[in-house]
Amino acid sequence: MFGAFSTNHLIYLLDGLLWTVILSALAFLLGGIAGFFVMLARISRFRWLRRVALVYIQIVQGTPLLIQMFILYFGLGVFGISVPPLAAAGLGMMVYTSSYLGEIWRGAVGSIAKTQFEAAECLGLTRWQALQDVILPQALKIATPPTVGFLVQLVKNTSLASVVGFLELTRAAQVINNSLFQPFLVFGVAAFFYFCVCYPLSAWSRSLERKLNVGRR
Amino acid sequence: MHYQFDFGALLPYWQSFLSGALTTIEITVFSVIIGLGIGIACAIARRSQVAVLRAVVGVYIEAVRNTPFIVQIFFIFFGLSSVGIRMPIIAASVFAMVINVGAYTAEIVRAGMDSIHPSQIEAAQALGLSKFQIYRDIIMLPAIERVYPSLSSQFILMMLATSICSQISAEELTGVANNIQSNTFRSLETYFVVALLYIAITYLMRAAFFGLGLIAFPRRRRLGLGV
Repeated sequence: MFGAFSTNHLIYLLDGLLWTVILSALAFLLGGIAGFFVMLARISRFRWLRRVALVYIQIVQGTPLLIQMFILYFGLGVFGISVPPLAAAGLGMMVYTSSYLGEIWRGAVGSIAKTQFEAAECLGLTRWQALQDVILPQALKIATPPTVGFLVQLVKNTSLASVVGFLELTRAAQVINNSLFQPFLVFGVAAFFYFCVCYPLSAWSRSLERKLNVGRR
Repeated sequence: MHYQFDFGALLPYWQSFLSGALTTIEITVFSVIIGLGIGIACAIARRSQVAVLRAVVGVYIEAVRNTPFIVQIFFIFFGLSSVGIRMPIIAASVFAMVINVGAYTAEIVRAGMDSIHPSQIEAAQALGLSKFQIYRDIIMLPAIERVYPSLSSQFILMMLATSICSQISAEELTGVANNIQSNTFRSLETYFVVALLYIAITYLMRAAFFGLGLIAFPRRRRLGLGV
């Protein structure tokens, strides 16, 4: 009575998946850049800058991404800035990503022994040189597994872009379900697509973690 | 363009905001308590001798952890109603949340159990403790104590995730906000207020978990390890 699930629907969902991946990549790229600065601010020598970064993180991590999306979506609207859905969703995801990545990376930098900083200082390296040549290369190794793990969260959370009308995988599934009303099938296929993207990332993150912990056993 | 903020328009709705916040807390409390139970059971099942049980639980955990909550809640809510099972929206929300919390908790608790050194268990066996006693006192309690910080931050994340229940029109904080903003046309103000309320609930939960940790893990308090 509602029509059957056809190849066209599958192609529509695959198209949605493509946009999910694009949005995730965009969010990771922009959020990564912003997150790097959040991390720098968190380890800054200036107390006010550390405070500002901390407040930023507390606000972003203390509110649901859904609310952040709504604020951005309506906020840009009332100020008369009309943005395409991709930009609104990308901006929302960027803010969200930057706070989490900033905190993950700060943790990685913080886990490097303080003596490394002191040794670099003794060698006459500037603070920036110490960070760039001594601390970051070591922190990068520690930060990789949790960063990949966060990617899974990121991909999953792009599904919330559907509420501001961005046509990604979840939105596509909703649209199809509205016409077919076969929720188990349609959302099952959508969930399967998400799984296909997320599971390899989860597994990768786990194996990276195992490799990192080899020395500590 | 100048936008005039008008928070006064929201004043008549303060009771709705409050009841939304209470519903959010209610959903969270119920799903965390039930989900914690399921999570611990799954963590134990993951170490079971029965391969089938291990596999089934493994599939459950991976399936939940690698798909978005919004898809899960649509799958459950619309799926169940398509086969004629109609449950109240709040019940469906809690149901979906429990499934979610269970899977995440299971992974965290399992990590805690793995961190218990085998020699501890051998020592307990040598002392003649029963299997149940070993599980309770030697494995479970220290394991949960160790992962308590990650558990509590995961539960706070789950509280934030209840906002997604608004998409099946649950009347929790975000759902209430959606209604209020469509009545008042004060969308930006509404979401600012709601964001503040979420931050308040986050702090409330942190304080609650801190207090709970002091009560539940007196040893940690005595050792001065912090909770």
